[in-house]
Amino acid sequence: MHSSLTRIAAVLVASTMLAGVANAETIRWARSSDALTLDPHSQNQGNTHTLAHHIYETLLGRDNDGNLTPRLATEWALKEGDDTVWVFKLREGVKFHDGADFTAEDVVYSITRAKSEFSNMKQLHAEVESVTAVDDYTVEFQMAGPSLIYPNNLTNTFIMDKTWSEANDLDTVQDFASGATNYSVLNTNGTGPYTLVSREVDVKTVLTANPEWWGDAPAVTDIEYVVIADAQTRISALLSGEIDIVQDVPPQDIERLSSTEGFKVETGPENRVIYFGYKVSEEPLASSNVTDKNPLSDPKVREAFELALDRDAIKQVVMRGQSIPTGVANPPFVAGWTEELDAYPAPDVEKAKALLAEAGYPDGFSITLDTPNNRYVNDEAISTAYVGMLGQIGVDVTLASRPVAEHSPLILNGTTDFYLLGWGVPTFDSAYVFNDLYHTNDETHGTYNPSGYSNAEVDEMIISLGTESDEATRNETVAKIWEQVKADRVLLPVHIQVLAYAMRDGVTLPVQPENQPNMTTVTFE
Amino acid sequence: MLAFIARRLFQSVIVMLVVAFIAFLVFRYVGDPLANLLSQDANQADYDAARQRLGLDQPFYIQFFHFVGNALQGQFGTSYRLQQPVSQLILERLPATIELAVASSIIALIGGVGLGIYSALRPRAISTGFIMTASLIGVSLPTFLIGIGLIYIFAVELKWLPSFGRGEVVQIGWWRTGLLTSSGLRSLILPAITLSLFQLTLIMRLVRAEMLEVMRTDYIRFAKARGLSKRAINFGHALKNTMVPVITITGLQLGSVIAFAIITETVFQWPGVGSLFVNSVAAVDVPVMAAYLVFVALVFVVINLIVDILYFIVDPRLRDGAKSGR
Repeated sequence: MHSSLTRIAAVLVASTMLAGVANAETIRWARSSDALTLDPHSQNQGNTHTLAHHIYETLLGRDNDGNLTPRLATEWALKEGDDTVWVFKLREGVKFHDGADFTAEDVVYSITRAKSEFSNMKQLHAEVESVTAVDDYTVEFQMAGPSLIYPNNLTNTFIMDKTWSEANDLDTVQDFASGATNYSVLNTNGTGPYTLVSREVDVKTVLTANPEWWGDAPAVTDIEYVVIADAQTRISALLSGEIDIVQDVPPQDIERLSSTEGFKVETGPENRVIYFGYKVSEEPLASSNVTDKNPLSDPKVREAFELALDRDAIKQVVMRGQSIPTGVANPPFVAGWTEELDAYPAPDVEKAKALLAEAGYPDGFSITLDTPNNRYVNDEAISTAYVGMLGQIGVDVTLASRPVAEHSPLILNGTTDFYLLGWGVPTFDSAYVFNDLYHTNDETHGTYNPSGYSNAEVDEMIISLGTESDEATRNETVAKIWEQVKADRVLLPVHIQVLAYAMRDGVTLPVQPENQPNMTTVTFE
Repeated sequence: MLAFIARRLFQSVIVMLVVAFIAFLVFRYVGDPLANLLSQDANQADYDAARQRLGLDQPFYIQFFHFVGNALQGQFGTSYRLQQPVSQLILERLPATIELAVASSIIALIGGVGLGIYSALRPRAISTGFIMTASLIGVSLPTFLIGIGLIYIFAVELKWLPSFGRGEVVQIGWWRTGLLTSSGLRSLILPAITLSLFQLTLIMRLVRAEMLEVMRTDYIRFAKARGLSKRAINFGHALKNTMVPVITITGLQLGSVIAFAIITETVFQWPGVGSLFVNSVAAVDVPVMAAYLVFVALVFVVINLIVDILYFIVDPRLRDGAKSGR
């Protein structure tokens, strides 16, 4: 009797141990390019943040619907009686991977570092004047003025340990001109759900679950993050069973993968809008046969351009169903988006031709369209399709296609007449779109506005958003700006890009709108 | 002899300088590195500051002199993309490329010589006709197509071999080798075959042509008359005399295999210097691109120097010419 009880106990113990082993789940995850660095403040770039979110943590997070969620901060609010100060209550009992306690001093240190000269995160914290630790678990951010949306800017700014960082000489972010390598480029010490096991840049990064993490233990206990640049090879690696999850799935493979047994594809909208832009100022275009004025400065011509654009045809033919046509240069996750703004007119070639004739161009005119060919999903194909559509209304378009590294300078230097571009909105707030795309191009604003659009009234409203302390007034201003720039036809939105992750059956990774999926969200069947 | 080598070395330095100069000239047209370096929300002031800090606002000849000056001290700068010293990045990637290049050269040499001899000794056999036709396909199919085809057959359908990467690696000093693990060796097979096919067919056709030529010469006829065994004639006499051009070609080809394994490395995600270069071009990582091109020039210059010196030793006419100061 006694011995059989022991035996049962032994079996029970063995079975729980077995269960423990079965719970160890490794995910092999491939995408097209690697994180650039492990230094959390050096690059403001999606791939880099995606990896960093597994190792480091931010004060606030964002769920897959785009809402702010508590992370290292549990509560946040404007200080009573002073709307220029944000107060953050920090999570207690959190430890860094090296065992150090997470306290307010670490937040002060990290935000100061993110604001420093060589940081690429500094723009997001430009309005922060100072950060102070009130006690071990309370931090106050003194802003230059009222800044209602500032918490939105904290979702990609990671918190480092002050002691560890100082010991490793990390007060400044990597300076390319110096030639020295920063310790944090290859070494980490975060509070996140995973710790770094090994990293071979451009090849493989291995992570393992952090047993001390404050959150619920994730189903994925080990991560092998590999880089496979070639799309064919990436999909082959999934099909051959060497990889569990593939990011950056080309649209032409989505259907094939969904219909292949043992595999599935998760799709969802990305927080990124694809649009055409053009010069709207009076000066003649450099690439047009109309040399005495700019045809596109006439709103009728811009309306004709919109009526020529068949967004649904682009969705069906070019994107194979993988896009969400839109009439506003603002993804639906972003505050300020409305259904009315999103509506777009049906294409109407006859009306477009009539508008062109009314504007004085019955035979159309010629223009060059600059397009990137390696930045967005099917970017060059979208432009090619639109060239054909404009041809139908008599506008003769020459397509100039370049890699993004050559395309971007055209936008930044304003040396393009007509271009395709995409815009992601990491703050999930319209002001981010207005600042760079609609404000007059000057030293600090309108960096991506080569159109020559300059509306003093709009500029004033945009600037007022930064310091407006009343939420209702602010929302009203946002709506007013959208109405105005849509009426002015400053940009011609095409669609919201759709993300696709392919994976083997039995594993589910939901699509994250910023294309920054986290392996803690993976579920197994 | 010393004067000859000194003159050759001097010429090599000029070649390297010219390569670096042309490379720099070309880099002005690959795009703006800042487009990748700065974040989306950087403003005009940030761009100006970064441009000045990196010296990108200076005329290109000044940038070139800086580059040469630093390169002479072994400094190739910091990669814009990966934030690590360029020389370290290249050294880390070099073992992968060398192992792949050597493995594919061995396959090419063994396969090429073997098939070449076979087809020369049985010029009229059906199998020879088949080999010759297949070799034409080998020469004319682009590398990436062969690579994708092999991946589809051996990785996706048969699941025998891995489709990407280098498998498990072992660190020996600074050399990271994949030759000591079974997964590393398995990973090497497909890319090595892909990279070797072109060379293999080249060597095979060379051996065949040389062999057919030698077989017609008098001393082979005499050897036959002397009643030597077929084996002794074919391998002892004929093959020996065909090997000189084959070795020369293989040696020279090794340089181009190391330098231009780019496509194979990309298709198989092989972590060598070739894939490093491709990634760097996409990101306009000028320091890495410049260092890579100088490295490729160095490989060619060194190999040619060795070949020249070997010829110098072998061929007395060159020596006499050098003495008379030609």
